Amino acid sequence: MTGDWFVPGFSRLALHVFPTSAHLRICAVPLLLVFALTANAAEPQRPAPSRSGIEFAGADIRAMQADDFANPGMLWVERGARLWQEPAGRGGKSCASCHGDAKTSMRGVATRYPLLDPGTARLMNLEGRIMECRERRQQAEPLRYESDELLALTAYVAHQSRGMPVNVTIDWQNRHNFEAGRAMYYRRMGQLNLSCANCHQDNWGRRLGPETISQGHGNAYPIYRLEWQATGSLHRRFRSCLSGVRAEMLPYGAAQYVDLELYLAWRAYGLPVETPGVRR
Amino acid sequence: MVARVQLPREAKSGEVIEIRIAIQHPMETGFRYDLAGKAIPKNVINTLACRYNGTEIFRAELGSGIAANPYLQFYTLAEASGEIEFSWVDDAGQRGSERASIVVVG
Repeated sequence: MTGDWFVPGFSRLALHVFPTSAHLRICAVPLLLVFALTANAAEPQRPAPSRSGIEFAGADIRAMQADDFANPGMLWVERGARLWQEPAGRGGKSCASCHGDAKTSMRGVATRYPLLDPGTARLMNLEGRIMECRERRQQAEPLRYESDELLALTAYVAHQSRGMPVNVTIDWQNRHNFEAGRAMYYRRMGQLNLSCANCHQDNWGRRLGPETISQGHGNAYPIYRLEWQATGSLHRRFRSCLSGVRAEMLPYGAAQYVDLELYLAWRAYGLPVETPGVRR
Repeated sequence: MVARVQLPREAKSGEVIEIRIAIQHPMETGFRYDLAGKAIPKNVINTLACRYNGTEIFRAELGSGIAANPYLQFYTLAEASGEIEFSWVDDAGQRGSERASIVVVG
């Protein structure tokens, strides 16, 4: 039976659902039934087939993203490349002083994020890791979340994984972050009383006004959004969505957002990293 | 301010070449207000010029109708090897420049 709910990127052991003592008291046949039902409800869902947001975009947006010069997000990548070489902080070290050429050292890194930080056991996204490295290793003044500098560095690092499949692993260590993210994904919020799943899981591919609802993947972030006229993070996108359903927005870098990011990364398993993506 | 210039590294004499430039700039229209309700002053790149070995070959006057991070593309004749240099200035008086070189053969 376990074979039914094995999904790539998900540790099989971590997925076992243990019957509660209440279940154990019931006789064998209903126990199996209850067990099957619980297992079914616990199974996380991914849209099938998985489709990147770019597939739902118009021809002009697709052309803009595909052309590395016309893609305005590349300006942030370029800036990130310069910041990578720039010494900062007390030691006068740059990112390159330790990590060398990002083309090799950062290749594939973004596909594994968000990742548990072994020191603090805190779940960290790419932005969090860059901020931590800057503060603790370089001992430089912190970068503000959503500042152009942090977006540039994040875009530059994530860009090194472009074309590689998103590949986060859910195991016993980050399982509770994953479950918290999943709960947030399905929680109805705001005055419009909508959850993420109401649109992006149940109704993707349908129209919402002039837009086709995407599956809501994070594989192209940071993205250049024409509406923003700038590059923005996944957390900025979360905040726009929350404001759209008239829910309270959490601050940038909030732990709940990082949990949600982990759930989305699991949901986007196998989709290629597109950074910097372009969206309307 | 980051800018990117793209042109062919090598061209034949007399060939039509494509030149592209993208500049990171907010192109603030002057019609927007900040969260406190205060008007954000207009700040756009108002003039951009391109010189080919010192001779001006392209000039543009931009206004508040141009999107942020402007991207321009035009064509010219490859005449001689040398430098193609862009320079621009915005309403706040900030200047920027970017250059690229081309080798013309034949």
